Amino acid sequence: MLREFELDLPNDLQETLACLPGGTPLAGGTNLLVDLRARRESAERLVWLGNIDAFRKISIEDGRVNIGGGTTVGDILRHSDMPTAAPSLDACARVFGGQMVRNRATIAGNVCSGSPAADMVPPLLSLDAELCLASAAGMRSIPLDEFYSGFKKNKRNRDELITGLSWAAPGPNTANRFYKLARRKGDAITVVGVAVTVTRDGDKCSDARIALGAVGPTVFRAKEAEAMLNGETPTTELIDTAAQKAMDQSSPIDDLRASGDYRRQMVQVLTRRLLTEAWQALGEKESGR
Amino acid sequence: MSLEKAVSVTINGVARQLSAPANETLLDCLRRHGHFEVKSGCEKGDCGACAVQIDGEPVDSCLTLTWMVEGRSVTTLEGLNDADSPHPLIAAFLEQGAVQCGYCTPGIMIAAEAMLRETPDPTDEDIAIALSGNLCRCTGYTKIFTAVKQAAEVLRAGDGND
Repeated sequence: MLREFELDLPNDLQETLACLPGGTPLAGGTNLLVDLRARRESAERLVWLGNIDAFRKISIEDGRVNIGGGTTVGDILRHSDMPTAAPSLDACARVFGGQMVRNRATIAGNVCSGSPAADMVPPLLSLDAELCLASAAGMRSIPLDEFYSGFKKNKRNRDELITGLSWAAPGPNTANRFYKLARRKGDAITVVGVAVTVTRDGDKCSDARIALGAVGPTVFRAKEAEAMLNGETPTTELIDTAAQKAMDQSSPIDDLRASGDYRRQMVQVLTRRLLTEAWQALGEKESGR
Repeated sequence: MSLEKAVSVTINGVARQLSAPANETLLDCLRRHGHFEVKSGCEKGDCGACAVQIDGEPVDSCLTLTWMVEGRSVTTLEGLNDADSPHPLIAAFLEQGAVQCGYCTPGIMIAAEAMLRETPDPTDEDIAIALSGNLCRCTGYTKIFTAVKQAAEVLRAGDGND
């Protein structure tokens, strides 16, 4: 049984923001209700966001993807443009929870939970997504890369709501990949999650992003590894070195799912594999012209 | 007990008023009103035994609060049948022996039915993705996959109950 709480059911953004200073936003509930039941969290007042259709939408305009915070993982999985507008996010949605959880869990909820194993976050970081936050005082945006301040800590103020996220859809010279290592493909918590984005300019990599999940207090970008690739030709040796660097930047814990040592090694293996696949996919396109 | 509220909801096509406090899950409320086809398993969104459809979309009723379904349409396993004949999924599960203890079965059918509406000719991977939130500890899933494919075939042939 859940402890008693008050439950607000606002119908639009303004009503929601009016409830927020004293209320806890409840999106899909796939984390929060579980944590409340287990007494890991407490809340006097919940504000359910699921009645607000405006939070649940995906649009792609002028190469920019805009996604409402209340968009569910199931919506992403079913959206026919996602495999090109966010290949890593689409790949992630396929291995996220189970169908019923995907139909409830929202993108803003997953981002806000701040768990280092939150599966949507490595793909979104690899796409350099930006968050849009609203409060009664107005709107602001912040790069996702600057959002986390520590384990399950983020820069959302209590009176703010994540209304949406946006990112540039990868162009033809960009490849974007995600892999989730877990005990099963579905209904499993991630052991290591890796997302990479590689942009090719001739035989050089003009831009690389590597995002790592479940191997540190937050999901983070392995920027030192990225810097080794930028402006260079990603040879097998260079990719090896960058993957090694990504491993060195990881600081995973031992837990019941895997040891820290295993996770570190898997960061190297998966980073190398995804960078290689991404670069080769772009090479095939290039030579196919 | 916190304040109860009357929630207007359609359950399996019938308009109902359910009185529930804010902190009662849809799972507990449905079972309190006699819907024992909705099973209580892990109560944390892992096992899928409590799955119901809300406006046609499968969700875990253990992670849904009763107040959230105000004005919506809830379908449980009982709602998949029509008056005269069992849903092709039920017939196929019986024929294939895809049921042992049966506890997971209502949730699996709720999840599979939604998938078959979108994907009438599912591959093994389609079925695996659709049923990834339903745990069965008896059958090993092989017969469940066979039964879902058989039901898909029946539905495609138009012998369903629509």
